[in-house]
Amino acid sequence: MKSLLKTTFTGAVALAMMTSASFASELIITYDDLNPGPKAAFEAAVEKFKGENPDINVTVNNNDREAHKTAIRNFLTADAPDVTTWYAGNRMRPFVDAGLFADVSDVWEAEGFSKTLASTKPSMTVDGKQYGVPYTYYQWGVYYRKDIFDKLGLSEPKTWDEFIAASKTINESGVKPFTIGTKFLWPAAGVFDYLNLRQNGYDFHNQLTAGEVKYTDQRVRDTFARWQELLDAGGWVDNHATMDWQEGMSLFINGEAAMYVMGNFAVGSMRDGGLTEEQIDFFQFPVINPDIANAEEAPTDTWHMPTNAKNPENAKKWLAFVAREDVQTEWNEALGQLPINSNSTVGDDKFIQQGFATLNAAAGIAQFYDRDAPAEMAKAGMEGFQEFMVKPERLDAILERLDKVQERVYK
Amino acid sequence: MSDATTHPGSTVVKASSYGWFHRNRIKLAPWLFLAPALIFFAIYVVIPIFQSIWISFYEWNGLDNADGSSSAVWVGLRHYFDLLDDDRFYTSLKNNVLWLVLFMLAVPIGLGIALFLNQTVTGIRIYKSLFFFPFVISQVVVGLIFSWFYNPNFGIVGQVWEFFGAVPPAILADEDLVTYGIIFAGLWPQIAYCMILYLTGLNNVAPDQIEAGRLDGAKGWKMLWYVVLPQLWPATFLAIVVTVIGALRSFDMIAIMTQGGPYGSSNVLSYYMYETALSEYGYRYGYGSAIAVVLFAIMMIFISFFLWKMWRDERGS
Repeated sequence: MKSLLKTTFTGAVALAMMTSASFASELIITYDDLNPGPKAAFEAAVEKFKGENPDINVTVNNNDREAHKTAIRNFLTADAPDVTTWYAGNRMRPFVDAGLFADVSDVWEAEGFSKTLASTKPSMTVDGKQYGVPYTYYQWGVYYRKDIFDKLGLSEPKTWDEFIAASKTINESGVKPFTIGTKFLWPAAGVFDYLNLRQNGYDFHNQLTAGEVKYTDQRVRDTFARWQELLDAGGWVDNHATMDWQEGMSLFINGEAAMYVMGNFAVGSMRDGGLTEEQIDFFQFPVINPDIANAEEAPTDTWHMPTNAKNPENAKKWLAFVAREDVQTEWNEALGQLPINSNSTVGDDKFIQQGFATLNAAAGIAQFYDRDAPAEMAKAGMEGFQEFMVKPERLDAILERLDKVQERVYK
Repeated sequence: MSDATTHPGSTVVKASSYGWFHRNRIKLAPWLFLAPALIFFAIYVVIPIFQSIWISFYEWNGLDNADGSSSAVWVGLRHYFDLLDDDRFYTSLKNNVLWLVLFMLAVPIGLGIALFLNQTVTGIRIYKSLFFFPFVISQVVVGLIFSWFYNPNFGIVGQVWEFFGAVPPAILADEDLVTYGIIFAGLWPQIAYCMILYLTGLNNVAPDQIEAGRLDGAKGWKMLWYVVLPQLWPATFLAIVVTVIGALRSFDMIAIMTQGGPYGSSNVLSYYMYETALSEYGYRYGYGSAIAVVLFAIMMIFISFFLWKMWRDERGS
């Protein structure tokens, strides 16, 4: 009796699913940005998708970014949408390991993404399979006050020596070379990553964040030695440990500091702070070792299909759609960020154009220390970077502590 | 029933026909009234305590597998051994002790202010309300205001230091000062709380005993120590209890003012637990639960002492 009931029930469900699939097929999308700009860009893309796929009934959930980070941990198992946003690199790793994100290598294969999205392919790959597609990223680099540089007769430094010399000149003029706010730790990781990428290269960055190299390794010490040189040349503003990145920005806007190692999202608050286009500019983080190819930091936002998605066919259509060159061009134009698809084009904003050129020429794209390293390691590492910036004499103790954490995390 | 019908007299019939529930209503009534509270207390307090202890034996990132099975792995006591080797844990523990000791200052200071305000002057109610004010506003607001006070660039502390020609310290960025800075901010509302407890206590101090003390020549400290304070004992007890608990659960201030920084030096157990288990860089539920269990054990020492004390006092009277 029970089994009969069960079969009837399953049959009914299967029938219902079949009918719903043949008449109006569904696509449930979960997005994570309520800010007016990104929201409008997303909605425009959804409209375009609907126009191309009139037979698909699209349902949209839009969530606050921070709330999404918590909610995704529940909805992937309990009530999965068909596609959802997340982040590349180690941030997607727990979901891939738990089998919650589906393998979408076939989409990459069918659409030729391995070529057009080549720059971020390694960040989307776990054990040779791709678990999502990227839709936007932005460059990191050195943002500087052009008016201060001009006043001091400085030009954009290309080499490490020029970089140090410029820092010293700025420091002697009574302005701090760099601003930063490390209260929330991550801005310090940007500095570390760039020093490490330029000193030791992209592969070393990956080995370190994958736990294959110890923090007491001589090469990591070399990176910190470079950092020490910057500190000696005037370094960063005082009390950065009490400030968030926006408070650090206010010192940049006031002209108390001349440079800021940051992501491109910072340009918005520079403009909001009243700086004109003539006052601000961008240069790529200078070369330290000429033998090391330039790799860049570019945290990537991505789309994924949960394993529990109810309409996997439509989900794959969406993934193919969001990585297409024309879609990425329009979407990123609206976001003020960079498309990943190498056939896309960018707007005429000077920061965007420089960023696009820089990233397309990059030997590798690092996600960011806290996205490439596992969360616990990232937290301890970034606390170490902050401590080093305040108390550089403690370097040995810091590195030994990080080794200890590393040993536990990658066990 | 047949037995009842053979006897005359309606009362007997009635009593037995009401049944077990009615016969035991006097015994049941308190439990019925307690039931809602007990059920919720069990669901939200007692059961989670055991769940936390249970989770602390697992390595778990809070995710379930796609098929709904749990991804937790049994590790036994490993998290507790890891704690013994964790510098951050010792920093947090040390800061918790600092909090406990320094937070106690709220009790005598609260008493001092209460004694000072316990007089009849025009507008005393306004003064009392002003002193009580910090307890009414949210801890988050207190934390935010104090982090502005401490800001060396534009805060009042920086202004004062500069007035005397000194370089202002960045209290919240200095690992040696940061915990004291946060405790000081936390004391502000806590003193107000203790003050209000003492003010109500002072209302109940018997005037005839004061009078008698005065006739015997007691005044000043002696009067306070031998006549007033003993009568304030219930208020003191309560003030100590809320201050101990307040010190151990200090969380909001740290979250707002420093996030445990710089480099973890202002962490306390409750915030460290949150950071490990629930923050963006955490999701290590097992380890976080182990910290929670340690914190719970520390609290249990105080809680059992207070319960024992209350039980003894009640039996004594």
